[in-house]
Amino acid sequence: MPLEHFRIDDRLVHGQVVVGWGQPLQLRFIVLVDDGVASNDWERELYRMGTPPEMELLVETVDSAVARMPEFTARTDAGMLLTADVATMGRLTAAAPAIRDVTIGGLHHRPGRAACLSYVYLSDDEAAGLGAIAARGVRIAAQDLPASSPMPLDDLLRERGA
Amino acid sequence: MADASGPRAVVAGHAGFASGIVSAVGKIAGRPEVFIAVSNEGLDLGGVEQAIRGALDAHGARVIFTDLPAGSCTMAARRLARLDPSIAIVTGVTVTTLLDFALGDGVSEPDLQRAAARGRESITVVPASGGHGAA
Repeated sequence: MPLEHFRIDDRLVHGQVVVGWGQPLQLRFIVLVDDGVASNDWERELYRMGTPPEMELLVETVDSAVARMPEFTARTDAGMLLTADVATMGRLTAAAPAIRDVTIGGLHHRPGRAACLSYVYLSDDEAAGLGAIAARGVRIAAQDLPASSPMPLDDLLRERGA
Repeated sequence: MADASGPRAVVAGHAGFASGIVSAVGKIAGRPEVFIAVSNEGLDLGGVEQAIRGALDAHGARVIFTDLPAGSCTMAARRLARLDPSIAIVTGVTVTTLLDFALGDGVSEPDLQRAAARGRESITVVPASGGHGAA
């Protein structure tokens, strides 16, 4: 199973990713896409320390991730791509048509965001950003862990409006 | 500087882990006041960092115990330790680790190394007497 999981998660590399998904899917590489982390040696090292030794961590800017996408998707081992926010995933999906599915794994409470699920809160801009990604034909659902039922974007936005 | 009779460390973990393990230590050793429990529930990485920082600063504690080495609490703790070199972190905490720390009165690196070693030593496997895995 190659790179098939594209996840928005404001915690980036953390327990749910490396254990909750990492073990059942036997993830062997994580592509962390974040312009800020990629340009900061200390931040890159922080996430490297949080990645189990059996997984390779690749830290990329949006531009370098787009350039390397064919290489990532051609790998035969299992991988997951992470962004911390909707805007970064939006830029990626606009430039990399290989991304057909996006999972929202965690966008936590913050002023200006409204609750959809216990682990998903969205601002107006983020809701619009997800709509723009979906308009490109990308399927979007919220799912924190493999055993959880995925909630499609339309239902998620209905919860937000409820 | 931590008050000798008050909290000396923050325990941070997923969901109710920290409050549960601190409660267990309190029942066993009778010293729950040594620890402040922090949960990452519902928080992004910045929120976890802020919660741990608030707990440390409220009591002058400079030790953080976390559950998962790759978890968000550990990531947040590492960020705090980068800004404040007086902060020490112990990951993969167990009840035995916290009991050793609670029953001592130090916060030095040897104190933390000893508590961590006690935690490692306490993990054992008692094989099934029915011979699971036997030829």
